[in-house]
Amino acid sequence: MTSNYQDRVVSAFTAAAIVWALLGMTAGVYVAAELVWPDLGFEQPWLSYGRLRTLHTNGVIFGFGASALIGTAFYSVQRTSHVRLFAPKLAWLVFFGWQLTVLIGGISLLAGVNASKEYAELEWPFDIAIAVLWISFGIVFFGTIARRKIAPIYVSNWFYGALIIVIAMLHVVNSLALPATLTKSYSLFPGAQDAIVQWWYGHNAVGFLLTGGFLGMLYYFLPKQAGRPIWSYRLSIVAFWAFVYSYIWAGPHHLHYNAVPEWVQSLGMVMSLVLLAPSWATMINGIMTISGAWRKLQSDPALKFIVLALAFYGLATFEGPMMAIRSVNVLSHFTDWTIGHVHSGALGWNALITYGTFYYLVPKLAGRPLASIALANLHFWFALAGTMLYVLAMWGAGVSQGMLWLSLDELGEVQYSFTEVMAAMRPYYILRLVAGLLFLTGTVLMAINLRRTFQGQRTVEVAPPPPAPGLAAQSAT
Amino acid sequence: MNLLTVHKRLERNSGLLIFGILVVASIGGLVQIVPSIFQDSLRIPAENVEVYSPVELVGRDLYIRESCASCHSQQVRPLLAEVRRYGPYSRADEFVYDRPFLWGSKRTGPDLHRLGGKYSDAWHRVHLLNPRDVVPQSIMPGYPWLAARAADPRGTIQARLRTLVRLGHPYSDEDIDTAPQQLEGLTELDALVAYLQSLGLSRPMEATP
Repeated sequence: MTSNYQDRVVSAFTAAAIVWALLGMTAGVYVAAELVWPDLGFEQPWLSYGRLRTLHTNGVIFGFGASALIGTAFYSVQRTSHVRLFAPKLAWLVFFGWQLTVLIGGISLLAGVNASKEYAELEWPFDIAIAVLWISFGIVFFGTIARRKIAPIYVSNWFYGALIIVIAMLHVVNSLALPATLTKSYSLFPGAQDAIVQWWYGHNAVGFLLTGGFLGMLYYFLPKQAGRPIWSYRLSIVAFWAFVYSYIWAGPHHLHYNAVPEWVQSLGMVMSLVLLAPSWATMINGIMTISGAWRKLQSDPALKFIVLALAFYGLATFEGPMMAIRSVNVLSHFTDWTIGHVHSGALGWNALITYGTFYYLVPKLAGRPLASIALANLHFWFALAGTMLYVLAMWGAGVSQGMLWLSLDELGEVQYSFTEVMAAMRPYYILRLVAGLLFLTGTVLMAINLRRTFQGQRTVEVAPPPPAPGLAAQSAT
Repeated sequence: MNLLTVHKRLERNSGLLIFGILVVASIGGLVQIVPSIFQDSLRIPAENVEVYSPVELVGRDLYIRESCASCHSQQVRPLLAEVRRYGPYSRADEFVYDRPFLWGSKRTGPDLHRLGGKYSDAWHRVHLLNPRDVVPQSIMPGYPWLAARAADPRGTIQARLRTLVRLGHPYSDEDIDTAPQQLEGLTELDALVAYLQSLGLSRPMEATP
C-alpha cells in the first residue's frame, strides 16, 4: 500500500466547494432580485423567496464552506503530521455522503421540508446523516493526528479540531426533536428555551465553522504562501483558548430585548465584547506574519486574497461586538444591517480566504502553475468591489430601517408606516443585487481559471518528507 | 512549571487536546442553557395561553414550510415605538406551545406577533394569494398554490398531535379523534389564515404598558 498523501479526496472536495459556491451564490443573487421584482417567483413554490433563500444559506455554508473546510483540513493535517490520511476509504465516504446530503437536503428545502431553525433548517433524517458524517470526518482527522510523525500538533489542527468537536456538540443538541412523520419533527425545546438553544447553536456555527474552521485554514495556508513562520506562537496559544472559551457565551446577543431573561442577554453582550480580544489577536498574528513578505503581493494573487480576507475578518469581528451592545442592537436588530454584517464576514472573510487558498492549492494538486494570473487579478477586483458595495448598501438600508422604525412624532406616535420604510429600501436592494452579481462574476472567473489549471491533470502524488530533527515523535498519542 | 510547559503537554497529546476543547467550549452553554430549562417563566404558559387548534397547527406548519420567518419576526420588543406600532410587547410565557420558536431575526416585512384580529379573514385571503392586490408597494411574493391544496392531504394531523402530546402539550383524546373532521374540506389557505388570526391573542390590547 502506498504511503503517499491521499490528495485525490482533497481535489474532490475542492471541486465540490466551487460547484456549491456557484449554485449557492446564484440562488443568493436570485433572491436578491426577488426583493426588487417580487413576481420573479413566477408562482412556483420552489422558486418562492422563503424556500430559495433557505437553499442559498445552506448551499453556501454547508455546500461551499464545509466542503472547503473538510478538503483543506484533509490536506493540511497530512502535511503537518507527515503521514497519509487515516482511513482513506472513510474519507471518501465523508465526501460522497456530504455531497449527497447537501444535494438531497437542498432539494428537500425547495420542496418545503423545513425545520425553521436558522442555519439548521434541514429536517431530522438529514440531521442524523450530518451527525454520522461529521463524526466520520472527526475519526479521519484525529486518526491522522494520532499516527503523526511530528511530536507537536500544529496550530491549524487545533482550530480544525475545535471545528469538529464543537460543531458536533452544537448540531446534536440543537437538532433534538421528536419526529411526527418522515419530513416533520417538533423541537424538544419550547418557545423561549428553543430560542436560547438555537442562538447558542446559530452564533457558534458562525463561531466555530465560519470563524474557527477558516482560522485553521489561515494558520496553515498563510505561512505557506508568505514563506514565513507564524509571527507569535504564544499569541496563537492565548488567542486559541480565549476564542474557544468566550465564543460560546455570545449567542444571546441575537436575542436582545427579546423574551428571554435579561441576565442571559447581558452575559451574551459582555462576552461578545470580550471576544474582540482573541479575534483581533489572531488578526494581528496573521498580519505580522505577512509583514516582511509584502512584496510577494505584487506577484502572487493568492496571497492578495488572503490579506484582504484578513482585513475583512478584522472589520467583521469589530462590527460584531459593536452590534452586540444593547443600545446599538436596538437599532440594528431585525434590519438589513445584520445581513450586511453577515456578508462582510461570509464574502469578505470566508469566501476570500477560500479563494486565496484555492489559487494556491489547485496548482499544487494539479502539479502545474495557475492557468491565468491576469484572470485571478481581475477576480480580485470583482470580489473586492462586490463585497464593499454589498456591505455599504446594507449599512445604508439597515441604519435607515432602524432609525425610521423607531422614530416617533411629537405626539408619541410612530412617524413612518412599515410599508413606507419598506418601499424606500428599493434603491439599496438594487445596489445589493449589483453587488451580488459582481461577486458571483468573480467566482465564475475563478471556476474557469481553476478548471483550466486542472484540466487533463491527475492529482499529483506526494510522499511525506522525513520529519525535521528535534520534532520527530517518539510515540505519538 | 509555567503555562507554556502545560500547553506543551496539550499540544503533544491529541486525547488531551480533544478533552480540553470539549471542556472549555462547554462552560458558556451550560451556564446559559441549564438554568433556562428550569426557569418557570420560560416553561409555564400564561393563564390565557392555549395550545393551537388542529387547524391552527396545520397553518403554523405551513408558515414554517414557506419559511415565513425569513422575513417576518414574531417578537415585539419592549420599546415605545414597537408597542405603538405592533401592540403589547412579547413575553416568554406566551410561547410555551411554540415548537420551534418563530421569533425570526429579520423584518423584511412587519412583525406578526400581534397580527391576530387586525385584518379580516377576507383581507388575508386576498393578501396571501397576491399581496399587491391590497398593498400596492408590497414586495412579498404571492402564494397562489395555498388555495389549490387540501390542508392535510396525507392525513398526518393525528401523528403530529400525538407527538406534541408526548412533548407535554395538553391535547385530549377527543381533540385528536376529531382533528381530521375539523380539517375536512379546508384548504392550506384556510389553515394558514386561521393560524395568522390566532397570533398574539393571549394578551389583550388594553394591557399595553
